[in-house]
Amino acid sequence: MGISRRASIAMLATLAAASLIGCGKKEEAAPAPAPAAAAAPAPAKADPLKVAFVYVGPVGDAGWTFAHDAGRKEVDAKFGDKVKTTFIENVPESAADAERVFRQLATDGNKLIFGTSFGYMEAMLKVAKEFPDVKFEHATGYKTADNMAQYDVRTYEGAYLAGVVAGKMSKSGKLGVVGSVPIPEVIRNIDAFTLGARSINPKATTRVVWVNKWFDPGKEREAATTLIGQGVDVLMQNTDSAAVVQTAQEKGVYAIGWDSDMTSFGPKAHLAASMNKWGVYYTARVQAVLDGSWKTGFSWNGLKENGIDLGAFNAAVPDDVKALVETRKKGIADGSAPIWKGPIKDNTGKEVVAKDAVANDDFLHGIKFYVEGVDGKVPG
Amino acid sequence: MLKAFPLKLELRGAPSQTMTYLSPLLAIVLTMILGALLFLLLGKDPVAALKVFLIDPFSGKRAISELLLKSVPLILCALGLTVCFRASIWNIGAEGQFTVGALCAGAMLVWLDVPGHGISGTVGLILMICAGVLGGAFWASITALLRDRFNANEILVSLMLTYVAQLLLMYAVNGPLKDPNGMNFPQSKVFSDEFMLPMLIAGTRLHVGFVVTIVAALIMTVFVTRSLRGFSLTVGGVAPHAARYAGFSSRNALWMSLLISGGFAGLAGAFEIAGPIGQLLPSVSPGYGFAAIIVAFIGRLHPIGAVFGGLIMSLLYLGGELAQSRLGLPSAITGVFQGMLLFLLLACDTLIDYRLRWKQQA
Amino acid sequence: MEQLASLIAASINSGTPLLLAAIGLLINERAGVLNLGAEGMMLVSAIAGFAVGYTTHSALLGFAAGAICGMLLSTLFAWLALLLATNQVATGLALSIFGAGLSAFVGQHFVGLALAAQSSGIPLLRDLPFVGPALFSQHWMSYLALLLCAAVAWFLYRTRAGLILRAVGESPESAHALGYSVHGIRFMALLFGGACCGLAGAYLSLVYTPMWVEGLVSGRGWIALALTAFATWRPARVLLGSLLFGSVTILQFYLQGIGVTIPSQILSMLPYVATIVVLALISRNPDWIRLNMPASLGKPFRPGAS
Repeated sequence: MGISRRASIAMLATLAAASLIGCGKKEEAAPAPAPAAAAAPAPAKADPLKVAFVYVGPVGDAGWTFAHDAGRKEVDAKFGDKVKTTFIENVPESAADAERVFRQLATDGNKLIFGTSFGYMEAMLKVAKEFPDVKFEHATGYKTADNMAQYDVRTYEGAYLAGVVAGKMSKSGKLGVVGSVPIPEVIRNIDAFTLGARSINPKATTRVVWVNKWFDPGKEREAATTLIGQGVDVLMQNTDSAAVVQTAQEKGVYAIGWDSDMTSFGPKAHLAASMNKWGVYYTARVQAVLDGSWKTGFSWNGLKENGIDLGAFNAAVPDDVKALVETRKKGIADGSAPIWKGPIKDNTGKEVVAKDAVANDDFLHGIKFYVEGVDGKVPG
Repeated sequence: MLKAFPLKLELRGAPSQTMTYLSPLLAIVLTMILGALLFLLLGKDPVAALKVFLIDPFSGKRAISELLLKSVPLILCALGLTVCFRASIWNIGAEGQFTVGALCAGAMLVWLDVPGHGISGTVGLILMICAGVLGGAFWASITALLRDRFNANEILVSLMLTYVAQLLLMYAVNGPLKDPNGMNFPQSKVFSDEFMLPMLIAGTRLHVGFVVTIVAALIMTVFVTRSLRGFSLTVGGVAPHAARYAGFSSRNALWMSLLISGGFAGLAGAFEIAGPIGQLLPSVSPGYGFAAIIVAFIGRLHPIGAVFGGLIMSLLYLGGELAQSRLGLPSAITGVFQGMLLFLLLACDTLIDYRLRWKQQA
Repeated sequence: MEQLASLIAASINSGTPLLLAAIGLLINERAGVLNLGAEGMMLVSAIAGFAVGYTTHSALLGFAAGAICGMLLSTLFAWLALLLATNQVATGLALSIFGAGLSAFVGQHFVGLALAAQSSGIPLLRDLPFVGPALFSQHWMSYLALLLCAAVAWFLYRTRAGLILRAVGESPESAHALGYSVHGIRFMALLFGGACCGLAGAYLSLVYTPMWVEGLVSGRGWIALALTAFATWRPARVLLGSLLFGSVTILQFYLQGIGVTIPSQILSMLPYVATIVVLALISRNPDWIRLNMPASLGKPFRPGAS
């Protein structure tokens, strides 16, 4: 049949093309000396430190990745010529590609590599083993190595403060959360939000709807609409777009901005925003590498370290509420009024934190329950 | 608009031999020209950019191993789709079949990879692969059943089932298959080394699945071009009435092509899980099942063509990644570049059957 | 009651972009052309619509820009698939990839910008109890979509031009023999389809969630394509399909919100499963299917070839 003959000729043609291109094998010599030169502790005068960022989404998501990239830009601004940053976006969470990307970046002479999705953890561990003189940083995971650290931001502190504001501003006492993917961090945030709201209004309830994606503006809007239809009048989200705030504005209810200031998307609806400040951590770590003081570990920046903040208050938020938030912020930052102080019950009535006990970080990492006030069953 | 165009296509008497050689080369050259223009507009050195995109992925043993590794799922899925599309069964759901195959393979490993279970690595691997193939085939069989019994269009069903499959995987890693020691993260445990696919080249990630893929392509070539079964599928796709007249059952064709296609996609999924990924995650494919559709067509619906199509797609992915890290180009450019190359590959293929002629003024 | 009204309204909202895109794709496919590039066209139109709408403060201009971009991309498709007779499935997929990249690239400067919400609702009618909020509070594009659907149905079945279009889809050789320009008619069909996908994309970025982020369309182009198959290429069923999909999407969120203890991932499957089930039920009659799938769908027409 004509097809098979054509195809076999096509195969020869492409083979010819590939072998022409494959003459680039001579390039094999080129990449090898380059990392070797960069590996030597930079005695050369202005050999900038190469720092790389690997993003799971596009910088254009105006959410999670956008915030990380803002942090990267802070590094650029602060260190100027001493540092050269690069980033790769849209590296899927399905990890097979991530491993290759990390290895490529390490081979290309990057000395500090940040991976901003929990799905990258195993891939990063593997590559970290092969490149002991490169420092790796993984966000939102739990495994470390001598040259691989973990970092995260205490998003739950922002969620708690948001809950305080929500508790004060809600008329119906019904709160809602547009949830992304049911990972421990999001469960924790829902709990913190509810604790904050209930510290103001002990009868407040929270409903959760899961979009099962990190970001999908259309679905987020649909989720928000159904919550509003059920009587919710303050919305929080753990998804990454401003659609929830927009929907709240359209329907005349309130919402909390997430990851960054979302006021422009809902001037009347946007009560406040919980903002991640990755720049603080990034600049600190780059400085540590430049100083030679970098060490592995678990970093969990919160209000105290200026890793997160609740701000961008709406004019409608009364001064006494703002003042209350400031007081609570101080209390959390200096430890005098911790969020997770008992008694805390889960929503089946079981006590999970005893009276006057304060939950530690390990406990927080392992949260698998909804606190009292959250409707429904914890997923998984 | 069409009438004003000064050139026209004229059918050749027979497909041109030269153009079959030349067409992909022509496409690559044209892409390089257009690409160079694009990079110039973006303010990048066009030669450097083209080098990074098209040549760097071949530089070195490691790089080539990654290129081949990335092509495995693409080629496998495309092989299955080749069978389907030849029979004019529009299976758009290879992505879902891949996912379910990965899910079943992963579930099998979660079940087997328990200390003291006593199953050896090799047996475990074989069981896992069977689970993957059967899982993918099963998922495709739903599409086949609905088309067979209810006349439900396979484009719709297979596409909808893709979303269902992805949600099923998310549910599984959030619940039944979640790693109990994984700090509550939605992922399965990392599988032990003995259950991972053996490597083809030590020190790289290229596993034996690559050899299986090439062998599969060769077997499929024989099947499609020499066996009666394969022939009947193709005839059924091209001339359904003739096929019925010859006694080739369209129902058999439907089931056979979907089961084969699903099985291949499921195998690809199993290989990903026991290969580069090493565990079950909420997402196991960055769109291989969809990219494989293009690969099948670049390969002109021939199994060997699918191999080369898969390598080309793999090159584009890897080149795009390198363009980001080495040139600072945004990832969006990869899509533009890929689309361009694909357009040109398809357009140049026309020259095999047609020649361009200046229109005579009437 | 109020909740039900808001759910109905939300369902209509959700189904509007699907309806717009699907009705355009239906015309494409009735003429025998399968354009799988819907997602790419919708993405480019979304950013074009947003960009123009933002800079000119006119949603109307934004919609026009979206429609024009849709038409430009389908012209590219036409050039390849009609003129050069490339394989339609592969070309359409390539267009989707290209469109995704192009939209992301152009859109870089528009991320994080907000557009004021559009006014919505038919004055007077929207104040009626129950039906007001349920049916008459949509943005005018939703009503236009409905009108388009009706217009397409009338066009296909009641006009000569529609008959010719259908003939081209069923048997291009016969139409050609009768002296009709198959490529010309298919090109017009593609333009219309592109314009509709363009309106759908612009609707998403101007009305539904007035913003631009990469990947805003999020698979709706594919759903629209699937819906034309679901509808067995009949306009009334396109309406049914898009409303069905839209309402089950809202329904599953509603069920989550009231605390139904089925895992959210399973609930999220509902729109897709529902579409499959309904399709299976309405497709049982094999004669209906054969009568409705345009016979030449996906096959290039080569004048002069046998």
